[in-house]
Amino acid sequence: MLKVRELRVSYGGIAAVKSIDLDVADGELVCLIGCNGAGKTSTLKALARILPAHGEIRYRGDDIVHWPAHRLIGEGIALVPEGRGVFARLSVAENLAMGAYCREDKAEIASDLARVFDLLPRLKERAAQLAGTLSGGEQQMLAIGRALMGRPKLLLLDEPSMGLAPIMVQKVFEVVRSVAAEGMTILLVEQNAKLALSVSTRGYVMESGCITMADSAAMLLDNPKVRDAYLGGE
Amino acid sequence: MDTFIQQIINGLVLGSIYALVALGYTMVYGILGLINFAHGEVVMVGALTALSIVKVLSGSGLPGPVVALLGLMGAVPVCMALGFTIERVAYRPLRNAPRLAPLITAIGVSIVLQQLMMLGWGSTYLSFPQLFSAQPHSLMGASINDLQIMIICVAGAMMVGLVLLMQKTRIGRAMRATAENPAMASLMGVNVNRIISFTFVIGSALAAVAGLMVSANYSIAHYSMGFMLGLKAFTAAVLGGIGNLAGAMLGGVLLGLIESLGSGYISDLTGGVLGSNYRDVFAFFVLILVLVLRPSGLMGERVSERA
Ligand SMILES: Nc1ncnc2c1ncn2[C@@H]1O[C@H](COP(=O)(O)OP(=O)(O)OP(=O)(O)O)[C@@H](O)[C@H]1O
Ligand SMILES: [Mg+2]
Repeated sequence: MLKVRELRVSYGGIAAVKSIDLDVADGELVCLIGCNGAGKTSTLKALARILPAHGEIRYRGDDIVHWPAHRLIGEGIALVPEGRGVFARLSVAENLAMGAYCREDKAEIASDLARVFDLLPRLKERAAQLAGTLSGGEQQMLAIGRALMGRPKLLLLDEPSMGLAPIMVQKVFEVVRSVAAEGMTILLVEQNAKLALSVSTRGYVMESGCITMADSAAMLLDNPKVRDAYLGGE
Repeated sequence: MDTFIQQIINGLVLGSIYALVALGYTMVYGILGLINFAHGEVVMVGALTALSIVKVLSGSGLPGPVVALLGLMGAVPVCMALGFTIERVAYRPLRNAPRLAPLITAIGVSIVLQQLMMLGWGSTYLSFPQLFSAQPHSLMGASINDLQIMIICVAGAMMVGLVLLMQKTRIGRAMRATAENPAMASLMGVNVNRIISFTFVIGSALAAVAGLMVSANYSIAHYSMGFMLGLKAFTAAVLGGIGNLAGAMLGGVLLGLIESLGSGYISDLTGGVLGSNYRDVFAFFVLILVLVLRPSGLMGERVSERA
């Protein structure tokens, strides 16, 4: 589904992503873990085309590195950004409608909306509320629901657990798991390495702009280096 | 005759016009964070375009309101095209430039438009033909004429239309989303450049209508009329809270009322030292007060995004 080669991102001469390779196959849930400032968000933003990048990003065969961002959702790529990025001054229902902005199929949109409300019942209760007045966890749910409304084939998730209470983190990951179980391809960025690896099939470890390890999730969980650096040495 | 009621009526007429122009400033600011100082000139181009059409048709025996409508049908598309072009030529290339650059460009665009229009329409004051019956109707001890009624009603209808467009339609929702977070909107599939063009086009259509209204109201049009009107409408937008649509409408109407009541009573208040020719002072007095006391404007609070 996704094949990234020699992807580079820099901010005014300072390299944040230094030529990384990354693959995600159809139906896989792959995670990208790493410390603060490793370049995970920059990588996802480059993949979502909201950050200029060099290299090759092949999505279902096409090199999308020069595509404008607004073309992606129509082709099946959705991003749930770090910090949620909900439209604070739009209602929950309007945010979800924005997720389906590119779609014309009214009946299908309605059935997807029902499915999202099923998956995230809290959103249904809050449909008329302004998104800016939701709690952090609810905003995260909304950001995920909004992405699902675009019926993506590839979902890019940036730190969905950030800033959430443990119970909310559990809920968010349950949603991620059930979406993955329905066959969605997911690239998950997380600092919470243990949790991320526990739901993923494979993982990449990123350190200061480079990918330093790539393996199956089980192998990474067992790897002493990963345990020391990312799993609190357990 | 009741002076107070009369000044309220005059203020509402003036305020309706300010509100239409203020909306153009505030919509562009809301989406780009840019003050389009050339917007007053778009109003002027609308006024002069309408004037030429109206002059040609006013001898044709068509009823005045029809002539006014035809004037609008000419001025509105001209201004829409102008707004679209200004954004494409003057602002888009500077999208990522320092903030001062588009501001200076806006002033340049203003000067160019004024000079071009002066070449075509001359530098003298042009009289705007009377299209509506001057016969006043009496209302609560004051008088109001057909033109004033038309201005208030048409401006009101356009504002209702704009609110419906913004709140109830797909493109309106996309405009609000883009104003809040362009990168996120583009990830929803919104073509942000197209939304920005659309915003300029809508604002310019409102400006064209305001242009015809203001020149019909004062029976005069002039190549430099956009400057003062633009500044006042900008003041109205700041008063309401720039970037906020309801604020621009409220600010426009309030400014019209302040100016009208102020100039109506200034001579009494100052013992005859200052006359109603000081009417323009009020707008700037309001602007200074707002900037000092409440820079975010009357409706400028925002729902902030929680972490
Ligand atoms: N807009 C920017 N301008 C300049 N440098 C930036 C910008 N955004 C990120 N960087 C730098 O790029 C590097 C990678 O940042 P990035 O946000 O991709 O890290 P991250 O892995 O997502 O970190 P975190 O886990 O804290 O979210 C950091 O050194 C950061 O300081
Ligand atoms: Mg990050």
